[in-house]
Amino acid sequence: MASTAITAGAEPVFHLEEEHAHAEGGSTMLGFWLYLMSDCLIFAMLFAAYGVLGGNYAAGPAPKDLFDLGLVAVNTTMLLLSSITYGFAMLTMDKGRVAATQGWLAVTMLFGLAFLSIELYEFAHLIHEGATPQRSAFLSSFFTLVGTHGLHVTFGIVWMVTLMVQVARHGLIEANRRRLMCLSMFWHFLDVVWIGVFTFVYLMGMLR
Amino acid sequence: MPETLTKFIFGRLTLESLPLHEPIVVATFIAVALGGLALLGAVTYFRLWGYLWREWFTSVDHKKIGIMYMVLGLVMLLRGFSDAIMMRLQQAIAFNGSEGYLNAHHYDQIFTAHGVIMIFFVAMPFVTGLMNFVVPLQIGARDVSFPFLNNFSFWMTVGGAVLVMASLFVGEFARTGWLAYPPLSGIGYSPDVGVDYYIWALQVAGVGTTLSGINLICTIIKMRAPGMTMMRMPVFTWTSLCTNVLIVASFPVLTAVLTLLALDRYVGTNFFTNDFGGNPMMYVNLIWIWGHPEVYILILPLFGVFSEVTSTFSGKRLFGYTSMVYATVVITILSYLVWLHHFFTMGSGASVNSFFGITTMIISIPTGAKMFNWLFTMYRGRIRFELPMMWTVAFMLTFVVGGMTGVLLAVPPADFVLHNSLFLIAHFHNVIIGGVLFGLFAGIAYWWPKAFGFKLDPFWGKVSFWCWVVGFWFAFMPLYILGLMGVTRRVRVFDDPSLQIWFVIAGFGAFLIALGILSFLIQIGVSIMRREQLRDTTGDPWDARTLEWATSSPPPAYNFAFTPVIRDNDAWWDMKKAGYKRPLSGFKPIHMPSNTGTGVVLAVFSVALGFGLIWYMWWLAALSFVCLIATAIGHTFNYHRDFDIPAAEVTQTEEARTTLLAAQGAGA
Repeated sequence: MASTAITAGAEPVFHLEEEHAHAEGGSTMLGFWLYLMSDCLIFAMLFAAYGVLGGNYAAGPAPKDLFDLGLVAVNTTMLLLSSITYGFAMLTMDKGRVAATQGWLAVTMLFGLAFLSIELYEFAHLIHEGATPQRSAFLSSFFTLVGTHGLHVTFGIVWMVTLMVQVARHGLIEANRRRLMCLSMFWHFLDVVWIGVFTFVYLMGMLR
Repeated sequence: MPETLTKFIFGRLTLESLPLHEPIVVATFIAVALGGLALLGAVTYFRLWGYLWREWFTSVDHKKIGIMYMVLGLVMLLRGFSDAIMMRLQQAIAFNGSEGYLNAHHYDQIFTAHGVIMIFFVAMPFVTGLMNFVVPLQIGARDVSFPFLNNFSFWMTVGGAVLVMASLFVGEFARTGWLAYPPLSGIGYSPDVGVDYYIWALQVAGVGTTLSGINLICTIIKMRAPGMTMMRMPVFTWTSLCTNVLIVASFPVLTAVLTLLALDRYVGTNFFTNDFGGNPMMYVNLIWIWGHPEVYILILPLFGVFSEVTSTFSGKRLFGYTSMVYATVVITILSYLVWLHHFFTMGSGASVNSFFGITTMIISIPTGAKMFNWLFTMYRGRIRFELPMMWTVAFMLTFVVGGMTGVLLAVPPADFVLHNSLFLIAHFHNVIIGGVLFGLFAGIAYWWPKAFGFKLDPFWGKVSFWCWVVGFWFAFMPLYILGLMGVTRRVRVFDDPSLQIWFVIAGFGAFLIALGILSFLIQIGVSIMRREQLRDTTGDPWDARTLEWATSSPPPAYNFAFTPVIRDNDAWWDMKKAGYKRPLSGFKPIHMPSNTGTGVVLAVFSVALGFGLIWYMWWLAALSFVCLIATAIGHTFNYHRDFDIPAAEVTQTEEARTTLLAAQGAGA
């Protein structure tokens, strides 16, 4: 074993004698960040589309006629609380407490479901009033931006259920911790996007 | 009742959707079907299905995936080129009252399919394949960061190609031009399935491209061998890094804009419509925010190829490595600040047009710096005019012309005259063929021996080279002239007989290019048959400089038995100069990812989903979507995704190479 090209002294070293292990999942966080940024770009495009088309009511209803800020405030609270509870899930995960982690994940999921239910109620209400996505470019871009966010939350909830099953099966092993970390980033990312939606679509919409 | 049932099952797909009334399509279909049946029959007869499935389709080995990308690119090149030569023939004969041989309905599909296929399913697979094969070897890694994702990305790209090919025989393709501008691509003016094929083919393939971009960035950032700092990376790896950054930062834009177009078509929203407040020009802006970086995604890796080839075949270290890296990065950034030059005529006003005109012209500065770096590398070098070097010289001569006509087009007043003219067509073919394609041929000739262990036959390579280069100049110089005379693109018949001669010359050029493609295929065939004479056992047939040449050809599954340590940016040259000796013992087990068929399955469901959406078969779309999600979730329940290659097997592989090298030494 010692007879390889690595020798002591001035001889240059051209390879490692021991297997140079890249830690499993060592690229996952970077990869997931890159994915999130690519997703962020999709939202950027939808925001841009809303920015261009948001004032094109086509003689139809405008934000002031449609938005119920009270409802949106409750909705925002649901999503922000879900981010906090996900944070608690991560803290308990660090302590290795499986049951508590699962509990906080379940609470997060409930807040997420509440958010979705309120959003669906809002959409149903708007469509019932005739403010459909087809009515004007403003409504097209509104429904698409908010709906894409909602789809992401739905996907996050499906993912959360999957991870809860996997944690129940295998416990908080390294692979599961990494996955929970990715979902955590995803979930907080959706929160940040929602703050953009709340500000630019709802609050500024009321000022138009 | 039966009618509603058929409608439920088949959506809007009827027997009339099959283009039986188009004799050209029917003949093509028969030829493709017979060829396909012969191929499938041969694979079955030689009992290759199991081998292909185990060793290739489910492989997560970056080298095999790279080779599969190249095969995909080559197959699609034949399709894309068939479209090209049909257009050339049509334009060469449609004079003096002749309608040519293609009706408008068919001709419009052909120019759309030509552009879409050449960019998305020829250039992209070729470039991605090259990066996939070379980058991990150049940085001394065992594989990419996410090997399964790599396999999945490849099959999604294939899925997109399958949808485009299906449109040839089932239904029709878009008749809108390769970027499908609304309102023409809206449901009102394109009610048929063509644009839907376009949308879902690109969405399916786009998923693959984005994920492959993320994968390669992570690989380059995280998996470099010890000692390889950023400024010691080979230039090809640098250009690949920049290309993948561009991919991740631009393909989501395409995904978003095509989604909005799909919503307009399927749901009836008003993003790009003419009424209810829609804005078609927003589509043009958004799609070019993806589209302009896209052309740099294509060319940057080839700039890397030329850098590797020039320094290898000049026997010199690359001139101006640092400036080369910075030029690449500057091009990467600038490529985001020029998109509006594709539509100066939109009427954004003088200030906006000036800004984008100037940024466009500025791009020629780093590109020019690269050109001079290559020239200075050649200066006083011992140049060997092997095939890759010949392609590189042809590139330098050709690309500079294309670059200069690009600067002409960057001047807004000139662009108002030349917009959408054949001058533009000549310009971008000048840079894409003269840059991307010549670079790919250089890269294929250069790395082929690494991939297969034998060189490509030089005679047929040179035949192909001369046919391509001469053919290119014949085919596209007339288009510059026609463009200056005001002939616009995508025209099917002509009134002015004085123009015909130029189209005939261009058609002759296309014929020469056809011979070039044929010679390339012959070159591959001849090389495989003569592989024993062309065999390279050294692993370093060109006396090259970068790390991929340090291992055997073809490299073992694990690439390097021991992780290399790097001291210089020409790592392998440094090792050779310092009297590096291959380690002969002490091999350890090597940890490698396992193969999986999940990527294929996911891609099949994605194609089914796309097909269901295109034909309004909602049950198929819903079913395949559910299967897609279920398969993806199911895959995450598999925690055992890797295995160890036992030390004994590594020893065996390495000893085989030792014997080979010793025989070589004795023979020489």
